[in-house]
Amino acid sequence: MSGQSEAPLLEIRALRKSFGTTEVLKGIDLSVVRGELVFVIGPSGSGKSTLLRCCNRLEEPSAGEIWFEGSNILAPSTDLNAMRRRIGMVFQSFNLYPHLNARDNVALALIHVLKRPRDEAHAQAIEALRKVGLAERGDAKPGELSGGQQQRVAIARALALEPAIVLFDEPTSALDPELVGSVLAVLRELRTAGMTMMVVSHEMGFARGAADRVVFMESGAILDQGPPDRIFGPNAPARIRDFVASVEHR
Amino acid sequence: MAGLVETFFNVEVMAQYAPKIIEGMGITVVLAAVVVVSGLVLGFVLAVLRALRFKVLNALIVLFADVFRAVPPLVILIVIYFALPTVGIKFSGFVSAWIGLSLVLAAFAEEVVWAGILSVPRGQWEAARATGLSFSQGMRWVILPQALRLTVAPLTSRAIVITKNTALASVVAVGEILYQAQAGYSFSYNPSPLTLGAIAYLILFIPLVWLGRWVETRFAWKR
Repeated sequence: MSGQSEAPLLEIRALRKSFGTTEVLKGIDLSVVRGELVFVIGPSGSGKSTLLRCCNRLEEPSAGEIWFEGSNILAPSTDLNAMRRRIGMVFQSFNLYPHLNARDNVALALIHVLKRPRDEAHAQAIEALRKVGLAERGDAKPGELSGGQQQRVAIARALALEPAIVLFDEPTSALDPELVGSVLAVLRELRTAGMTMMVVSHEMGFARGAADRVVFMESGAILDQGPPDRIFGPNAPARIRDFVASVEHR
Repeated sequence: MAGLVETFFNVEVMAQYAPKIIEGMGITVVLAAVVVVSGLVLGFVLAVLRALRFKVLNALIVLFADVFRAVPPLVILIVIYFALPTVGIKFSGFVSAWIGLSLVLAAFAEEVVWAGILSVPRGQWEAARATGLSFSQGMRWVILPQALRLTVAPLTSRAIVITKNTALASVVAVGEILYQAQAGYSFSYNPSPLTLGAIAYLILFIPLVWLGRWVETRFAWKR
């Protein structure tokens, strides 16, 4: 892992979020340094996805600060669209645009957000698809692709904008088991390439091998965090051991 | 039988009034065209504005759509043409019909397009916004292409309905088909001009009905 000593790329401070009277995030402090792969695990309803979605303000936090590239993105003066092109996001249900082919799914933001000329955007889109092993499927509509391929297109869509960090919200949960591997392989390659990532997932085996740090959340708070060896090891808190055991023996 | 032909298909009367009916066809076509264009554009704009979710604006749009879908189009035309002049707002019969029918079509179109926008899954918005697209860019490139595909068929059928309603303009003295046919009927004491009018409507609108059917099959979602 690189640069533990440098300032964090993303720093979440005392983050709170309520839906109505239900508080789903109860004061989260978490930082991610450049090049780090942070894995967030925990039971459903623990606030993992909400935490992730607060990081690009798809959800509006109720209180707290999120520092990214030197500014608090929760400040009113934040340029939302400029911030979002620096923070990529991959969704559980892919959310590809069904009316556009794979290449245009990737190229859309390049053309309209980064204002790249169409030809250049298309070339970059194909390049991004190449990184996820789908350069040949640029003409395919999402409906013609398998779930695993769709998710890889979605990853290419996020990567094409050259974000500083990519947030993954349960990227393999909607996939058939035999398709999970292809998506995890892409994540592994991204890690090797030095991409900073925050991943909410139940793929414990992958977390063990690839994560730099594992964060365990429960009831809107971080119960513990540390290197996978410790979080998945025999000396982890009983609550975490129980949770990991229950997920792995599903 | 001969009497029936004499009454409804009187060749002499028909020949006499055919030019008037043809003139009426021209006016019907022009009125229908301007109503469809302005009604659809206004309905479309209102639906997109509604997606901004400004509370007061939305309440006004909903009120507009409900009122103009509830009140019979004929009543609306009469209010515009006969009642508004009493407060100093005066439109010709043609403009009254244009405004009135456009507002009715806009009310229906707004509801149809809005339903289309709502039918696009929330994740599409999130994906668009998460890649840095603005509201209007997301609307233009992600939401509307999906929403409009669903609305083409209902909008076409609405447009056909409003096109037929141009006959109501005869009440506010617009010289369209029905107006000319009725005038011919009262001058000649023979209903053959009405027959001609019905034929004129068939010539104009049967192709539209066919178009509507084609559109419905063409734009059905293949799932």
